[in-house]
Parts: sequence; C-alpha cells; structure tokens
Amino acid sequence: MGIAESVVATIITASLPLLLAALGELVAERSGVLNLGVEGMMMMGAVAAFGIAFATGNGGLGVLAAVLAGMAMALLFAGVALGLAANQVAAGLALTLLGLGLAGPIGEGWVDRPGVKLPTLDVPVLSDLPFVGPLLFSQDPLFYLAVALTAGVAWFLFRTRPGLILRSVGDNPHSAYALGLPVLRIRLAAVLFGGACAGLAGAYLALVYTPIYNETMTGGRGWIALALVVFATWLPVRLAVGALLFGAASILQLHAQALGVGVPSQLLTAMPYLVTILVLVLISRNRVLLRSHTPASLGQPFVPER
Amino acid sequence: MRIEILKRPQNSPLMAVAAPLLAIGLTLITGAVIFVALGKDPLYGLYVFYVEPLTALWTIEELAVKAVPLILIALGLSLCYRANAWNIGAEGQFTLGAITGAIIPVYFPEWNSWMVLPLMLVMGAAGGLFWASIPAFLRVRFGASEILTSLMLVYVAQHFLDWLLRGPFRNPNGFNYGETRIFQEAARVPILIADTRVRIGLVIALVAVPLIWFLLRRTLAGFAVDVVGQAPRAARFGGFSRNKVIVGTFMASGAFAGLAGILEAAGPLGQLKPVLSPGYGFTAIIVAFVGRLNPVAIVFAGILIALSYLGGEAAQISLRLSEKMARVFQGVLLFYVLACNTLVHNRIRIVRSPRPASAPAAGSAVEVGNGNR
Repeated sequence: MGIAESVVATIITASLPLLLAALGELVAERSGVLNLGVEGMMMMGAVAAFGIAFATGNGGLGVLAAVLAGMAMALLFAGVALGLAANQVAAGLALTLLGLGLAGPIGEGWVDRPGVKLPTLDVPVLSDLPFVGPLLFSQDPLFYLAVALTAGVAWFLFRTRPGLILRSVGDNPHSAYALGLPVLRIRLAAVLFGGACAGLAGAYLALVYTPIYNETMTGGRGWIALALVVFATWLPVRLAVGALLFGAASILQLHAQALGVGVPSQLLTAMPYLVTILVLVLISRNRVLLRSHTPASLGQPFVPER
Repeated sequence: MRIEILKRPQNSPLMAVAAPLLAIGLTLITGAVIFVALGKDPLYGLYVFYVEPLTALWTIEELAVKAVPLILIALGLSLCYRANAWNIGAEGQFTLGAITGAIIPVYFPEWNSWMVLPLMLVMGAAGGLFWASIPAFLRVRFGASEILTSLMLVYVAQHFLDWLLRGPFRNPNGFNYGETRIFQEAARVPILIADTRVRIGLVIALVAVPLIWFLLRRTLAGFAVDVVGQAPRAARFGGFSRNKVIVGTFMASGAFAGLAGILEAAGPLGQLKPVLSPGYGFTAIIVAFVGRLNPVAIVFAGILIALSYLGGEAAQISLRLSEKMARVFQGVLLFYVLACNTLVHNRIRIVRSPRPASAPAAGSAVEVGNGNR
C-alpha cells in the first residue's frame, strides 16, 4: 500500500465505529426516541466483544456478544424511557453512566491485554484492483456489514412501508396511534436496532480498531455519533459522508502531530471534539434544513391514551 | 396481564418522598444480587459498601470531603434540569474552574495575603461560568444542541489542562511531572475542624443550599426557571424568555462547578494534577436526579453517593472487588430513580384482562381520523 492508500484506509477505519453507532441512533431518532446512551451501549459492546473473543478466540462470537450486549442495554433504556415514559435525556444519560460504570469492573483484568483481531475478507478479483481494491474489497467483515447497513437503512426508511410507518411514529405518534399503529412497540424495535448497531460499533473498536484493551476505548465516540446524526440531518447516506469527514479529522490530526506542526499536540487531540462543536453550530444555523428533517416528536415521551 | 400508566391529575406528594427511597431499596436489592453473582456474602457486601464507611471517624471526614463537590455541582445542575436545559459538561466546567482559580498560586506563589483565596474562588467560579456560557450561547444563538456541545467541552477542557500542566503551569522545581507546584498556605482552603480533612468548602456548599432554595421559591427568576421547564408555552405567553433562562441556568451551574473545581484543587489536592476528580461532574448528574432537583434533598443524595465512593474503596480492601463497583451502583441507582419517578406523575395499574380495544383496529381508526377532521 502506498502512503495515500494507507491514509485513506486509516480514515475509513476511524470513521466506521462512528458510522455504525450513528446509523442505529438515526433509526431510533427517526422513531422519535432520543437515546443518549450510545456511548454506554458502545462501551458494553466493546467489553462483550473483547471478553468473548478473548475467552473463545473466536472474533465472530465476539461480534455476536457485542450485538446482544448493546441490545440488552437498549432494552434497559426502553424499559424506563418507553415503558415508564421517563425523560429520555435523563434515561439516556443514565444508560451511558451505567455502561461506562459496568465496563470498569468487568474489563479490569484485560487492561493492556492484546485481543483477537477480526480477519480480513478479500473479495475475489475486485480486491486486486489498484487503489480501491485494498481499500474497499480487502476489509474486515464489519466494514462490509456497515456498508450494507447504510444502504439497507436508507432503503428501509425511504422505500418501504414499514420504514414509512417508523418515520410517521417519529413525526406524530398520536396520529400514528390513532391509526392503530403500536407506537411503543415500533419505538422499542427502533431502540433495539440502535443498541445492536452501537454494540457492533463497540465490537469494531475492540476487534479491529484498538489492538489492546483499554477502558477509555470509546473515548467519546458515542457522543460524536449523536452529533453526526444531527449533522447528517437524519439521512443515512449523508451519515456515511459525515462519518468519513469525522474520521478524516481525527486521522489528519494524528498525522499533523507526527509531522510536528507548530501547534500543541493537545490542541490537535482536542480537534475532533472542537470540529464536532463547529459542525453542530454550522448545521444548526440552518433552521429550515433542520426543521424539514428533524423527527417532529424527537425526545418526547409517548403515553397511549385510553 | 400488562401494565398501564395513567396520568395522575396532580403529582403525588407521598410518592415524591417515597420514590427515591424505593429506588434506593431496589438498588440495595440489585446490589445484593450482584454480590451473590460474584460469590460474595450479600449482606456483608452491603455492609461494607454502605455501613462500614460510617463506623470510623476518618471515613466520615472523607465522606464530607467527597460530598462537597458533588453537592455544589448538583445544586447548579438542578437549576438547569429544572429549566429543561441540559448541561452535562459540569466535569469540564469543574476542570476549567480549577485552572482559572489556580492562576494566582501558579504565577504568584510568594503572595500570601488574605485576599488570595477569595480571589481564587471568584476566578474559579468565573472560569466555570465562562466554560458553561459557551454551550448556552451556541444554543440560543445558533440552536446547537447544548447536550452535545457541553459534553464535547469536557474533552477540550481535559486536553487544555494537560497542555497547561506540561507547559505554562508546570512546576519549575518538579521532575518534569505534569503537575503544578504545591499551592502556598494562603492559597489553600482552610481546615474547618482542627485535625480533620474537612475544609470550609463544606460551609460554602451548605450555605448554597438555602440560597438556591430561596432563589427557586421566593424570586421571580426562580419561578421563571420552573415555568420555562414545565410549561414552555405558558412561559412564552407570560413573557418569560426561554433563552435568558437557558443562559442564566447554564452560567449559574458553570459557576458552581467551577467553584467546586477550585475548592478541590486548593483543598484536598493542593495543586493541579492531570486527574482532578473521580468524575464528580458526571456523578453530580446522578446526585441531582436522586435529589429530585430539590436543593435540600440534594444534600442527602450527595452524601449517599459520596458514601458509595467510599464503599467502593472499602469493598476493594475487604471484598477484593474493583473499586469501580461504586460507579455500577451509582448507575443502577440513577436508573431506578428515573423509573420510580414515574410514580410521582403517574399511577401504575396492572391489568389482568387481555388487551382491550386500546389500539383501535385500522378500520375504525380511519373513522376516528375523519371525525376529527
């Protein structure tokens, strides 16, 4: 691989956990549920993936465990935020604090241990193409899954009837309920999908991204994923573009540090977070754009009237 | 059988008190289950976590030391949350308060006037206030989510501190560690009770409680906070500015977090280090909710959560468990508190009959829809 290829490859690697987590959150938010627990679900996914892969030596089982862990966390959130109609912001925060808290004692024995790496799968013929071959067709299974999920979510939300139903629940749950739609069950499904995706993102961090276990593995990526959903104005394809931009920002600051540009390394390390703030401001300024895509009932608890 | 939630016409005053207690009870039960799962004696485990720290004088002192920042930060956060403004970056405001407050002892280590400490406290509060005003400004001016920006600024503050400690703030007499010099005597928060570690930060926190209570119950500004939070439409008709309330509550909570930061740096720590707190800024979110955003209840919640920190340390010694178990208990408690809070606003009914026509069939729904139109 040449230099350009390897830089692009690392950008893709850096953007993938963001994309996976944000895709799940996008679906949950489209159904009207704001789940701020992404960071916590992602961390539990990473813990489960690392632990199971470490114990069994099987990366695939690790991924499966991560998905289940993410969904279990999402179920907890759903129980409180949907079942008991609690404040979604508070419940999401609780989920993040719980997930990060649980990760501490569970993963304590693994700190700085090397984990299992997912193998790369070469697509025959295509992986031999110059430049795009190694970048797009010689990747780990989660990469292909993320690409498929992005296309799948875009198709599901905007080309299928269940997708339309999910969006209608997010825009006006009361009308949807009056039309006989099981609003809370649809929201539960969306939240569980979000948990599964956050779990996958965690698995990616544990099995592909970081060679060794550490407790700050997620490093705020769950929160950046939340910002990405706003940045993408709740559209999956824009989400992929946004994730790549964020990945690029975090990789380029590493290269800038290595080159020793005359800027403190701490400022460069803080760059992804500063960029997130900047991007949120830029996108939020455009009220018309936001209003036309934001799920209208986002964050509002729904209690069926009887 | 299924569970139905029915809105109460009025909040239940009984449940307002009972719900947090119920949540604590459920947390203890969950804790016992966790201990059993880990192969420990559950009763002994709970004893170590929640009782043992109260049996020795030095741990009670330690309890006060840990409760002070939690109570101070949570008091500020409760203002924000009451107004439905979501400041979750108190950890960053705490860090910045410690930084700005430390400017005097770092650059004027020879200055030993009585003015030093009050100045530091003011500067610390101002630093936290400034840091919190950024997300508030971005929210009211551009509509950017204050949740995400306030959190991002936690990471920025952390890296800023790291840079300072390796550069401008580094101890000139140290061995290249990322720490400041030890603050001079005049820049330390005085000990409140001789021969203990309890400092006058405790007094400041306890004075803040009636102040916040007065603000909320007896002033127009406090009323505006509650109206904007609970009835945004009524607030608009009543002429209360939502933006002013957001900015005001953010600034107040930032000032409290900043004050807590400099009280910690100039108190127990006596210098700036790369890690200033065991996550006080985040844990205070739990304290605020466990205290149901009520200033007096927050004091008890702060003590309870501080107790779980000490319990974590005790469990590490006598049960050979990770001290990080404390954070698990804190997270579990917050979940139960939020779940039980539902009981304050709603009645829960368990219905035995199969699902009635609560969700009307598609056909009749169309009629309903037409009828409404």
